[in-house]
Amino acid sequence: MVRGASLPIVLRQITKTYGGVCALDHVDLDIASGEFLTLLGPSGSGKTTLLMVLAGFTRPDFGSLKFGDTEVIRLAPHLRDVGMVFQNYALFPHMDVAANIGFPLRLRGVGKIEARRRIEAALELVQLGGYGARRVDQLSGGQRQRVALARAVVFEPRILLMDEPLSALDKQLRERMQIELRRLHETLGMTTVYVTHDQREALTVSDRVAVVKAGRIIQLDTPRRLYERPANRFIAEFVGESTILPVQWSNGACICAGQALKLPDGPVPEGRCALLLRPERLRLVDATTPAATFNILRGTVTSLIYQGESILLQARLAQGQDVALRAIAGGAGTQRLPQPGEAIAVGVAPEDTVLIADADGGE
Amino acid sequence: MNWLAAQASETQITHRARLWLYALAALVIAFLMLPTIIVIPMSFSSSQYLEFPPPQLSLRWYANYIHSDAWLQATATSLKAALATVAVATPLGTMTAYGLFASRLRLARLIMLVLLAPILTPAILVGIAVFYAYVRLHLLNTLTGLVLAHSVLALPLVVMIVSSALESYDINQEMVARSLGATRLRAFLLVTLPQIRFALVTAALISFLTSFDEVVIAMFVSGGDNSTLTRNMFNALRDQVDPTIAAISTVMIVISSLLLALFQTFGRSRDGS
Amino acid sequence: MKPGAQPNAPGLRRDALRERFALFGLSLPALLLVTVIMIVPIGWLFALSFVADDGSLGLVHYHRLIAQPAYGRIFLATFEISAMTTVICVVLGYPLAYLLSQLPRPLANLCMIGVLMPFWTSILVRTYAWLVLLQRQGLVNTIGIKFGLWQEPLGLVYNLNGTLIGMVHIMLPFLVLPLYGSMRAIDRDYLRAAANLGASPIRAFWLVFFPLSGPGLLAGATIVFILCLGFYVTPAVLGGGKVIMVANAVANDIELFFNWGATSALGVVLLLLTILTLALASRLVRLDSLAGGHRP
Repeated sequence: MVRGASLPIVLRQITKTYGGVCALDHVDLDIASGEFLTLLGPSGSGKTTLLMVLAGFTRPDFGSLKFGDTEVIRLAPHLRDVGMVFQNYALFPHMDVAANIGFPLRLRGVGKIEARRRIEAALELVQLGGYGARRVDQLSGGQRQRVALARAVVFEPRILLMDEPLSALDKQLRERMQIELRRLHETLGMTTVYVTHDQREALTVSDRVAVVKAGRIIQLDTPRRLYERPANRFIAEFVGESTILPVQWSNGACICAGQALKLPDGPVPEGRCALLLRPERLRLVDATTPAATFNILRGTVTSLIYQGESILLQARLAQGQDVALRAIAGGAGTQRLPQPGEAIAVGVAPEDTVLIADADGGE
Repeated sequence: MNWLAAQASETQITHRARLWLYALAALVIAFLMLPTIIVIPMSFSSSQYLEFPPPQLSLRWYANYIHSDAWLQATATSLKAALATVAVATPLGTMTAYGLFASRLRLARLIMLVLLAPILTPAILVGIAVFYAYVRLHLLNTLTGLVLAHSVLALPLVVMIVSSALESYDINQEMVARSLGATRLRAFLLVTLPQIRFALVTAALISFLTSFDEVVIAMFVSGGDNSTLTRNMFNALRDQVDPTIAAISTVMIVISSLLLALFQTFGRSRDGS
Repeated sequence: MKPGAQPNAPGLRRDALRERFALFGLSLPALLLVTVIMIVPIGWLFALSFVADDGSLGLVHYHRLIAQPAYGRIFLATFEISAMTTVICVVLGYPLAYLLSQLPRPLANLCMIGVLMPFWTSILVRTYAWLVLLQRQGLVNTIGIKFGLWQEPLGLVYNLNGTLIGMVHIMLPFLVLPLYGSMRAIDRDYLRAAANLGASPIRAFWLVFFPLSGPGLLAGATIVFILCLGFYVTPAVLGGGKVIMVANAVANDIELFFNWGATSALGVVLLLLTILTLALASRLVRLDSLAGGHRP
């Protein structure tokens, strides 16, 4: 299968209310042609509802949806020509793999020989070449997922929608499949909208991530900017590990844990702020630490937790706040870690000293 | 007898302590099965009186049955009515079950209650009510009238069976089919229908038996040329007990058993689910 | 886009309505059939019960029902017979359902064939079989006398005894099936917990299992009772004319007297009794999700 055409998607003012609850609140979103966009959020945030609106299964109260230049908001699902992968794959158990994949081709009147060629090509694409004759119940979870994927792309849709497709797989498989999906996207190039609640997954697969909460998009950014410059406290806590400390302003300086912070260049968020520290960006102060430019926090170690590839070190600062630091475990050249009860000095580079808006979501 | 002393369940109770339970259960099951089984040898009895065990074996009652125009006509009527009931109740009931399931109307509860009314209402009431209506609609003693009434009885059963099959069915598959380009109807026909096939066959079987075995409404509504087997049997039972009834009963049991056997074969789909 | 604009709102609303009605329309044929063939005629009958013989409106038929002691006796008999049948079914059916629910599934399924066998035999066939079995020289008496259980042949048919036996036979599966279902659904973990906490098998049964099976038992008993209230065939055949339940009275009235007003009044009362029982039972089974659990 080759790289096909893809369409941009434009959503305007999409709103859906169930009873008294607002599932989608005047959502505006622009998705570029060929982009891999992830809708990330906790359960009930509205991300799946939004995906269902794109597919046509949920009719919003009002709003505009365009694929390319065509308004499709009132178009029936079977006419929208989008590929869709569901959380539980929904493979048809009464058909074998080839029949499953060939289903959309059959509906579109594709001839038998041509269909067979395209089915086999789709199977090759997901690395299940030759599996056509297998029955669905003979496949493992990972294989079913790939068949579902093949079925969704075999008719060369210009938009692909995926609703938490990997959540039923175990961790190892999931991580491998994330990379697979990325590769597939690079090969096929169709506009992809992906829904997940797993922030790590979102960061792995996406070109851009839209964080959704209570029916609104709170931040739309690349994975890097989302991680390093989260818009507010909710996103900072939702994406990646975090320690968030309160700060006060005094004479234009930002005070935290008793000292003025050296901040990075750039604008400071309006309103109330807090300090975001990522555990893996904190360092144990040693001879190599540039003490002049770094922010240094002092405290006592409270616990060490071995977690395989890293050790989580928890410490209490002099003013009573708790911080967490991640150190690589074992291997040559690793320093000796302070034990519980020992004094500790933690260093943070200014670029990693991030101020975030201390609000919970919404605006 | 170490079997008796063995543990019967996780709670450490022994088989010996439960022996009374086994005996009682066996007796009850025997009680339940007895009449069905006894009718069959009865039909081969040579005696004119209802003796059991039969003194001699004979096929005279079957001969009686086959040579009687009245009985054969009644059998034909019953079979026709039963098949027609299947043809009416199964599609209507399936459509209803699907419509209620897919639309998730709040009214759905109320509609289900209305549809369940036929089985909750005493048959005698339905019988006289339908009789009263049919006199005015000129449907009395017609096959059409009978089929309509029986369909009303079978409908709730069909709806219940198909509804429960739909509930345990992954309706996502229809969504997938639609996302791949199928209209609602095609998605239902190509994806859902094959998978609830078992329930549909069950519903058809139940519809058939409901009509074939039905007595009370047939009593009021079928008559003359369109008298059903059950109606004639009932009248015969009240007037004078004729062992021909045993022969007819056996035939009915055989028909029902055949249907059940057929059902088992269809139920065993190719992949043995 | 202007703030406050609601693009496509009217069109989307229309689409939603159309879909709702299309799906509802699927159930219309069935609803129509049931309404025309059953609901309207019964409503008609209901109305008729308020029309006196001379055509005037009134409660005269209901007065007759209350005034004539014969009807009172009939209702009492119906109630008694239904209650007796229900009790016997419970006594015989509960242990059976219990045992089946504890057996491994393949064995239980096999036994279920025996329980379900009555269902695929016509009521008439079964009633006829009981006629044969219960006669003076029938199988039951023959075996009873042979084994010395009794001297003289017992009068087991064409009376109340025969009717009861026949009705219990017909109703048992209706009790056993829902009861079995709800017993199967009782999570084994409850009994394991009881044992672990010190209950002997007997106490575990009475203190834990039996209460949890309550809703299923009530459901089954209600079904049996309601079916008995309106039952016609078995009392008619096995009762020999001596057993008159409400349904028999209704049939007699129509066949003999063609008195629509009186008959419909009787029928209405029967219907009301049925609905009352249902309402009562559904009140009591409000706690029916207690026994739920997942079968492993």
